[in-house]
Amino acid sequence: MTNLQAAFAGENTFVGFTVAGDPSVEKSVEYVVAMAQAGADVVELGIPFSDPVADGPVIQAADLRAFAADITTDKIFAMVAQIREQTDVPLVFLSYANKIFDYGYDKFYQRCEELNVSGTVIPDLPVEERDEIVPFATKHGVSVIPLVAPTSDKRIPKIVAGTTGFIYLVSSLGVTGVRDEVAHDLIQTVQQIKAVTDTPVVVGFGIHTAKQVQQMNQIADGAIVGSGIVKLIEKNPNDATEAIKAYVREMKGNVSVQN
Amino acid sequence: MQETKSETNQVGRFGEYGGQYIPETLMSEIDRLTEAYDHYKDDPDFKAELKDLLINYANRPSLLYHAERMSADLGGAQIYFKREDLNHTGSHKINNVLGQVLLAKRMGKTRIIAETGAGQHGVATATVAALMGMECEIFMGKLDTERQALNVYRMELLGAKVHAISTGTGTLKDAVNAAMQEWTRRMDDTHYVIGSTMGPHPFPTMVRDFQSVISKEIKAQLLKETGKLPDAVVACVGGGSNAIGAFYHFINDPSVKLIGCEAAGKGIHTDKTAATLETGRIGIFHGMKSLFCQDDDGDIAPVYSISAGLDYPGIGPEHAALQASKRVQYVGITDDEAVDAFEYIAQTEGIVAAIESSHAVAYVRKLAPTMRKDQIIVCNLSGRGDKDVAAIARYRGVNIHD
Repeated sequence: MTNLQAAFAGENTFVGFTVAGDPSVEKSVEYVVAMAQAGADVVELGIPFSDPVADGPVIQAADLRAFAADITTDKIFAMVAQIREQTDVPLVFLSYANKIFDYGYDKFYQRCEELNVSGTVIPDLPVEERDEIVPFATKHGVSVIPLVAPTSDKRIPKIVAGTTGFIYLVSSLGVTGVRDEVAHDLIQTVQQIKAVTDTPVVVGFGIHTAKQVQQMNQIADGAIVGSGIVKLIEKNPNDATEAIKAYVREMKGNVSVQN
Repeated sequence: MQETKSETNQVGRFGEYGGQYIPETLMSEIDRLTEAYDHYKDDPDFKAELKDLLINYANRPSLLYHAERMSADLGGAQIYFKREDLNHTGSHKINNVLGQVLLAKRMGKTRIIAETGAGQHGVATATVAALMGMECEIFMGKLDTERQALNVYRMELLGAKVHAISTGTGTLKDAVNAAMQEWTRRMDDTHYVIGSTMGPHPFPTMVRDFQSVISKEIKAQLLKETGKLPDAVVACVGGGSNAIGAFYHFINDPSVKLIGCEAAGKGIHTDKTAATLETGRIGIFHGMKSLFCQDDDGDIAPVYSISAGLDYPGIGPEHAALQASKRVQYVGITDDEAVDAFEYIAQTEGIVAAIESSHAVAYVRKLAPTMRKDQIIVCNLSGRGDKDVAAIARYRGVNIHD
């Protein structure tokens, strides 16, 4: 299993997100590989869900495009097998709890292990309910990535203690989407986390510019860009490869790109 | 072979169902709500204020009415209706809303949001928000705003802002999604009044407690009139709030049969159904582990019922547990049966009951003739049917302008 933690050791680390199967399995494989080639340190693959309550309109629309292409959890695992023929980029899944629960915890994490998927981010699984999943993930060497929110405060020690992989720090209230400003009390939240654990802290929700990525790398250990990449696919579903590569290079601070 | 055991958190559980499966962003607020509810539920001032509002504003206790014509016509058990339709705002929803808004006020909130299906919960919420001088926004599926247009106007009249939600199926499930998203954006001054016994803990317990006044009254009223317990209590089930309210104080009386009537739509063997307890399977959604109508891949399935209030793909976790323990029996009632019952109770007893409640009436029509004349059925009339008249007319092919 790829060591997820090691992926955040470098400079300006960047997690790129896309919805699995958006707009088709074939294109989705191509876009993940493109992200890896352009320098993404980790790729987060969203498993579409009928009711993505923590997601804004951009990712909801991507879920619908994937469903239109008849995506299923089994097809997503088959898709990851194709990705693995082309790249060893660290992969994590973003999935609502029901998709994993219904697939079967043990079976799901066993497939993750076989395909070298290092972690799962589960937006509707707070620390209170985590213990029903963690033993299965741990058995198969997969991390359950905890989310910390701007509202977590005194809950932080309980959330981050004993976690592996990375910690997903939610930058702002509400749902996923592109924002011009991210909350200013992030620094304090990162300090609260660092007081408890060495697990890398990666900031997501609303981040879409190279400047923000750099800023988050100064405050924390990396940044997650979701809706920014999904929007490129929305704009040009079947021909987004070059745009994605250029965007990822820009986020990594390697090239400055005109819009 | 290594055995992997998972530990299920026991907070807010009914057997294996319940829990708190919601985004971390909301958990601090949920913790605050849990603490506040634990404190105020036993606070004498809070209890006194709620009791005063229930009596002097909501018109409690609601009547327990002996439907003699219907009992004679069906030729079996004596039928009593618990008249929640006579409450202020026309349904049982006011019991819970008064409790939760009063609690929100104690917590310092100034803004109330809520989802609504048929509009009954939205109307009750808009009403109590107006009474308590609080800002109010209601989330309602777009399809529901069309089939319950009158209630949309009622909510606006009461000063609420109504958001028509067009994502997904445009029904109750999507209204809940939208209300939860709004709460995630703004929780400091805002309380989300969930209208049924669903969602993350403490909602299923808190809503049940506020609705349990129904069975408490039934028990006292029936004992006073007949000296007996009922032989059966029948209620309709969407998320499950009026049913759990009507069942709660009878759960430990094994002689009382408890029957929940869910919306079978066009029938439980078709894909046009909302009968979660009969056709759903265990899953995690809307903050709880419970039973849900799902497709083969763990996505929430579209559901259907003529009743916007029962058109929900899930069920409160306590009902899932009551089915598992076989304490409550759940039956499906089709659109056709519900519409027939809507007309039957109007013509037999002069009561226009909500199409939701008519699902329970439909089952009473089947059950009563199988029982003796000295036996008693209590049927919870959860709401009144004025809001449904235009839709039922359309169902019967009569076009009226409402």
